[in-house]
Amino acid sequence: MIKIENVTKIYSNKKGDFLALDGVSLEVEKGDIYGVIGLSGAGKSTLVRCINLLERPTMGKVFIDGEEITAMKKSELRKVRQSLGMIFQDFNLLMQRNVIDNIRFPLEIAGVGKVEAKKRALELLNLVGLEDKSHSYPAQLSGGQKQRVAIARALANNPKVLLCDEATSALDPVTTLSILNLLKSINQSMGVTIVIITHEMKVVETICNKVAVIESANIVKNGLTKDIIGHFKEV
Amino acid sequence: MEFINEFGGILIKGTMETLYMTFASVLISYLFGLPMGVLLVVTEDNHIMPSKTINRILGTIVNITRSVPFIILLIAVVPFTRMVVGTAIGSKAAVVPLVIGATPFVARMVESSLKELDKGIIEAAASMGCSNMEIIYKVMIPESMPSLTLGSSITTITLIGYSAMAGVIGAGGLGDLAIRYGYYRYESELMLVTIVILVVIVQAIQFAGNHVSKKINRLY
Repeated sequence: MIKIENVTKIYSNKKGDFLALDGVSLEVEKGDIYGVIGLSGAGKSTLVRCINLLERPTMGKVFIDGEEITAMKKSELRKVRQSLGMIFQDFNLLMQRNVIDNIRFPLEIAGVGKVEAKKRALELLNLVGLEDKSHSYPAQLSGGQKQRVAIARALANNPKVLLCDEATSALDPVTTLSILNLLKSINQSMGVTIVIITHEMKVVETICNKVAVIESANIVKNGLTKDIIGHFKEV
Repeated sequence: MEFINEFGGILIKGTMETLYMTFASVLISYLFGLPMGVLLVVTEDNHIMPSKTINRILGTIVNITRSVPFIILLIAVVPFTRMVVGTAIGSKAAVVPLVIGATPFVARMVESSLKELDKGIIEAAASMGCSNMEIIYKVMIPESMPSLTLGSSITTITLIGYSAMAGVIGAGGLGDLAIRYGYYRYESELMLVTIVILVVIVQAIQFAGNHVSKKINRLY
């Protein structure tokens, strides 16, 4: 599904170079809920941004469904991005659009007709349990509700993959759990592969079947969650 | 009563001229200034279309134009004005230097409004497969609308001030009246009235700007 091959990312500025990823390879299979855990600054956010090329790797290749997206033209890449939903720590909703229009936004970009887009948006609102908020604006919602809208928006174009960048880090424990449960049910019912970037072991333990531990630009350990967690407990 | 008989006509004419010059130049300077402001933002490092060259050239042009005192610009562009409008005298002709003076101002106002926008929203739009143009038209501008509206009222008020100087090229307007009658001919009463009218116009524009900006803003 997702194959990251020897990806290196170097940020250059006047002060010098910063190595964010150092030849990282990772494979995510269809249906996985793959956790990437590490301390801040370890490179995990860069890694997830290399999957949809919000950050372009300095070296290395990224494949989605066997297609090398690092070799694609911009217009092809935009099409691929529509099949890779993404949610963020700060939600990043359009603040001047109401809930339903936020969910319709990616459909509009994908060229889906108005009537169909509205139907789809309402379905998604139902899925995330916010039917009664369709005409509210993001500023009127709680953090958990905003993340639900963001999830609905990310799922609008029926993506194969959902990328989550610290998606629960701004939320309280109870809300975190409800968002994680929602993600899990999306994974199971829609078969969406999920990649979760987090610094909380709890998140990995709760829903990830596989996990990679990232430390100073390298993946130091990866595999099934139960094995990795066991390893940590031994340590 | 005597005052109205004597000056009523020129006051109305002056008000009309001021309004005409101001609004015509605001509209046209946004036509040029809005894309310039957008370009100043998107060509920055780490934005959606980074280009040091374009950013620097545009920034320099904006700064040079903004450094020239308006009264000098007004006269310096006379040949150009004549080419565009056919004449260098009158309210219509004054619109040309006003636009030249206001466009870089608008560009900076637009730039600062667009820079208030959270970068995360742009990143989210890119992750959904938006093209750069879609990010500009469907995300950056609509999301900045409340701030852009406030900026446009500041621009309008600044242009009222600029237009007062346009009397130099016979453009008329309230500022011109205040200078010619009030200052040179000691008609203090007329000067006072023109100032009152100007204050009312400025207040009205600021009020309208604040009101609309607040009304359309969904952030609060």
